[in-house]
Amino acid sequence: MTTTEMLTDRAELTNLAGLHARPAVKLTQLAKSFTSRIEFAPSPDGPWTDAKSPVKVMRVKAPMGAHLHFRISGADAAEAMDAVLALVRAKFGED
Amino acid sequence: MTRVLGLGIPASPGLAAGVLARLAPARPTIRHAGTPADEAGALRAALAQAIADLAALIGAADTDAADMLSFQLAMLEDDALSEGAFAAIEAGEAADSAWCDALDREIADYRAAEDSYFRARASDLEDMRARVLRALTGAAELAIPAGAVVLGADLTPSQFLAADWRQGGAILLTEGSAQAHVAMLARARAVPMVIGLGVAPEGAREALVDGGTGRVVFDPDLDDRARFTDALAAAQRTAAAHAEISRKPAMTADGTMIKVLVNLGDPDELAELDPAICDGVGLVRSEFLFHGRDGLPDEVAQYQAYHRILTWAAPRPVTIRTLDAGGDKPVPGLTIDAETNPFLGTRGLRLSLAKPEVFTQQLRALARAAVVGNLRIMLPMVTLPAELSAAAVLLDQVVAELAAAGIPHARPPLGIMVEVPAAALTAGDFGADFYSIGSNDLTQYTLAAARDIGSVARLGDAGHPAVLQLIRATVAAAVVRGVDVSLCGDAAGEPGLVPALLTAGLRSLSVAPVAVGRTKAAIAGVRLP
Repeated sequence: MTTTEMLTDRAELTNLAGLHARPAVKLTQLAKSFTSRIEFAPSPDGPWTDAKSPVKVMRVKAPMGAHLHFRISGADAAEAMDAVLALVRAKFGED
Repeated sequence: MTRVLGLGIPASPGLAAGVLARLAPARPTIRHAGTPADEAGALRAALAQAIADLAALIGAADTDAADMLSFQLAMLEDDALSEGAFAAIEAGEAADSAWCDALDREIADYRAAEDSYFRARASDLEDMRARVLRALTGAAELAIPAGAVVLGADLTPSQFLAADWRQGGAILLTEGSAQAHVAMLARARAVPMVIGLGVAPEGAREALVDGGTGRVVFDPDLDDRARFTDALAAAQRTAAAHAEISRKPAMTADGTMIKVLVNLGDPDELAELDPAICDGVGLVRSEFLFHGRDGLPDEVAQYQAYHRILTWAAPRPVTIRTLDAGGDKPVPGLTIDAETNPFLGTRGLRLSLAKPEVFTQQLRALARAAVVGNLRIMLPMVTLPAELSAAAVLLDQVVAELAAAGIPHARPPLGIMVEVPAAALTAGDFGADFYSIGSNDLTQYTLAAARDIGSVARLGDAGHPAVLQLIRATVAAAVVRGVDVSLCGDAAGEPGLVPALLTAGLRSLSVAPVAVGRTKAAIAGVRLP
């Protein structure tokens, strides 16, 4: 896999409070464990948010029921995509 | 390091020896802005300081608090939070105003969120803004080392509550007042406290404190230490005698039984308290519920707290005072900030009647809790009979709603706290189910001496003939109306005042838990005519 390739996929936010403080911290901590550039958006067209910045993730204020569209590029993009989707689908270990 | 003697006003009895810890000035110092490079450096250092402080707090916090603080830590560590502030500094802005502006924008954004969960995070950002600002202005949050003798101009209740007093320690204030809430807290927790010291010696390292006499020895010599050790041993013998008598019913020398109840400010005090030492709880200050960081408590949180106290005391009576906010007890989001004289403003029942949605929620929780034990509701800061009537109408409404909804409840007796001189003089005009004299406020209102102004503290004497006359008037009204009367201020726990209070006709006193023994001992020494 080359670093120019961009992976995209999406997952629905099903935990009650949405992408709030604790999930935002968990998502950014997970994202920072990968070297790839990891971004997400409420729609496939953006606007794109850096998943490694808790301040920016919180600014999105994504509620329950929103879809998170991820786009990831980098050496460990495939692993990163699997990990972030699993975290969102597992409701961030909450509820 | 020569020995210096100090004499202040005793505010909380007890002996303590310890290393001095000086308080930082209460107000942040004004910063003088430097070059953009200086300012950027100052903000970077303040952020690093705030992050280090938070990390230390997380290490010491329980799980829920640690989770909340970890969010703040992650946000503070993110450059995205401060990039706006650094850009403004680059453009010539000072570090403190740049930081505040950047955070204010972020906070406004959270406040405007549709989702209530995100709106609530605004308070976390306010906390972060304040933490960094403290680091920036050098007004670092006070940390009182355990066991230290704190020395400063004044101390706030939150500063007191943030410290660990289990390893001893004492409070020395160059200003302050014995009637301030922090002094009441110190007496309740048996932390020796001396106020009105005037000047304290610069450079002193240690102090011996006698909170009962107001005497302080800074940098004591060997003779001082020997005398202190003897006094401590004598005090411990007296304490043991008081502990012994506290387990027995209170009785005067002529055989008159006196009820001694306890005042509670926080249900956590119950853990180390044996209900057998008292005849009930004469005053629960429900303000403790309203000082959490999560805003006003809901009905369930209130019900649970009342339930806990009633269960602890059962079958003894528990008198719960409705929210007494205002005056020197502001509650963010509830009390009115801009009043020029808050003690004569919208406080106590006045505020509750102005905020019926908050008041009825408390009344609902109280009426529901009343099925658990022997509950009485006390209204603070009542001036006119019409105020009591208005509260009674709300209580009746709440009771009717609970009945209609099939929720278990009872209508508790509704009494008044007598602390406004007008209420004492006209006590018989109130249709109260009981009277409880609040001697602290009654004293300050009668003698026109604010409890939180050190320079007039000596005027605030609960034993003044004018105060005793108002107490007699209230007792007389209670006798005529055939209802219960008690006194729940600090005066009840002062052995020197107990004879005058009993002579005035009182047969029920409510005191801080630590004062039960000495109050019962003082009662045993009284011979009523």
